[in-house]
Amino acid sequence: MSIFIDESTRLVVQGITGRDGGFHTRQMIEYGTQVVAGVTPGKGGQLFDDSVPVFNTVVEAVEQHGANTSVVYVPAAFAADAVFEAAEAGIKLIVCISEGVPVQDMMRVLPFVREKGARLIGPNCPGLITPGVCKVGILPGQIVMPGPVGVVSRSGTLTYEVIFQLTRAGIGQSTCLGIGGDPLIGTNFVDCLEAFEADPQTRAVCMLGEIGGTDEQVAAEYVRDRMSKPVVGFIAGQTAPPGRRMGHAGAIISGSEGTAAEKMKAFRECGIAVAERPADFPELVGAGL
Amino acid sequence: MNIHEYQAREILRAHGIPVPPGEIATTPEEAESIAARYGGAVVVKAQVHAGGRGKAGGVKLADDPADAKEKAAAILGLEIKGLTVEKVLVAPAEDIASEAYLGIVMDRATQSDVIMVSSEGGIDIEEVAASNPDAIRKLAVDPRYGLLPHQAMGLAWALYDDVKLARQASAIIMNLYEAYQAAGATLVEINPLITTPEGEVKAIDAKMNIDDSVLFRVPEVAAMRDTSSEPPAETKARDAGLSYIKLDGQVGCVVNGAGLSMATMDMVKYYGGEPANFLDIGGSSNPDKVVTALEIISADPRVKSILFNIFGGITRCDDVANGIVEATQRIDIDIPLAIRLTGTNEAEAIEILNQAGFTAMTDMDEVVKAAVELAKGDASE
Repeated sequence: MSIFIDESTRLVVQGITGRDGGFHTRQMIEYGTQVVAGVTPGKGGQLFDDSVPVFNTVVEAVEQHGANTSVVYVPAAFAADAVFEAAEAGIKLIVCISEGVPVQDMMRVLPFVREKGARLIGPNCPGLITPGVCKVGILPGQIVMPGPVGVVSRSGTLTYEVIFQLTRAGIGQSTCLGIGGDPLIGTNFVDCLEAFEADPQTRAVCMLGEIGGTDEQVAAEYVRDRMSKPVVGFIAGQTAPPGRRMGHAGAIISGSEGTAAEKMKAFRECGIAVAERPADFPELVGAGL
Repeated sequence: MNIHEYQAREILRAHGIPVPPGEIATTPEEAESIAARYGGAVVVKAQVHAGGRGKAGGVKLADDPADAKEKAAAILGLEIKGLTVEKVLVAPAEDIASEAYLGIVMDRATQSDVIMVSSEGGIDIEEVAASNPDAIRKLAVDPRYGLLPHQAMGLAWALYDDVKLARQASAIIMNLYEAYQAAGATLVEINPLITTPEGEVKAIDAKMNIDDSVLFRVPEVAAMRDTSSEPPAETKARDAGLSYIKLDGQVGCVVNGAGLSMATMDMVKYYGGEPANFLDIGGSSNPDKVVTALEIISADPRVKSILFNIFGGITRCDDVANGIVEATQRIDIDIPLAIRLTGTNEAEAIEILNQAGFTAMTDMDEVVKAAVELAKGDASE
């Protein structure tokens, strides 16, 4: 088992003929993901790498190939429209990798996705991977191994670091996902914790938060009130100065809100084991298994 | 991106919000001649990207042109939160009957824009929020329908009992929401929104932050960026596609990815050092970016060691290794490097570095410890 993606995932790649879209499509196919179609307006009728049919619209990919999941690699200016299109076409899981999507665009698309009963992961995220089964996005396949630990994070490469440390210690993962570093995202920590709690394969969860906003505090309360599985947490940005945007648009301490200290305190108070270093995860997670 | 008060005032004015006139002076003499043109008392206000200008002595009332010159001389060159005041706004002093607060902020929790009004204006709204939260009235705007006129009027009634004042305020709120959207803002504040003894509602201050991701769509707002108000190294980094923030420590950091960058800085602190900067070279692995990163960090005199922490995914380790080798050939760096590369093309990267006389590690904790030790030791290695 896993969360959000598995053997039944039938993927359409929006922006398949672009540089990033093409590169990662090959990697996803190589990993075993069922990439059933691609979409690039104006390139309908072509075959990507002589194997994946390309369409002008997402709805054609849904109707002709039963796509149920989409991944968005289109440039930031067009990303929100691509998400609208996927949701309108009936796609139920939309993963938006694109970085730099205007906040005002996300604000419009989020209620639409919800009304359509779809789930959006991202934007500005590395996507997700269910080891040995399926990957959607850009997470490197060679660092994961199947196992009982769920990993959820606001970051990209920091997630890889933690997965790498777990795998090196012989601890495998059920599903690993990055939910994105932007202030407005489609899927938050609580959504993922809920899914991991319900997933029989997952026996413990690693949660990697960072400064900015209050999602981690809300997640901590969820863990305290609703979760039976152990959770290990980490917060990046303990040394970040207030008022500065630390790379991720969402990683900013505003006033006294969103500091690492505040989030770590919330974790501890709600029974989440706090990793002080990424290297602490294997031991802390191992203790909970 | 932050813009200055005078720039935010221009945007508001263009959207039909009553904003009194005002002009920018960069010298005391200019301030004097602007004040002479207006006649009467003026207010002289520092234009810097920092809150708390008033408390820092950056806002002063001047009775006449000579006084305006004197006040401008006192404010220009002043340091406010580490930023030097290069410009002042000179505006006619207004007769104030009452002061209120009006703001719109992008709210992460409700995933919508939230409009806030308070009849307690002119003071820090965060203080009001802490001491008297009931004095702030909030409305989350449904992004599907935008701000509706009756909602703006409802907020206006929270500020004024008089219908003439409430109607003016309601129009200002509608126009402010429009200005906020058009500029791609994530924050706009009018503090204070005043009433005059004649019964007019006016905005005599304006603060606006713009979403960096929207700038491609609003070139006229993007052109308002004032690079003189930020450290030159940060401008250089941005032009090269790097995300860089200078701090005060000794260990320079070059990392790929924002989360890993922050975590690396935290580990430097954990192992007893202080990070000199945040620097994310991003997802692509153009060697030129590495060269620019090394130029920027090695120009900081406090830096005693430079730490590379690269987890290859999209970023190829061999590209970063080539960048390091190229940079050390192009520029003279006498600061020791501690390098960690793992992931995509790791073996090729280590080979490249070894041939150039560098050693590379593969473990994050090891490399951070090494960099902290190097920073404590003799910088000449």
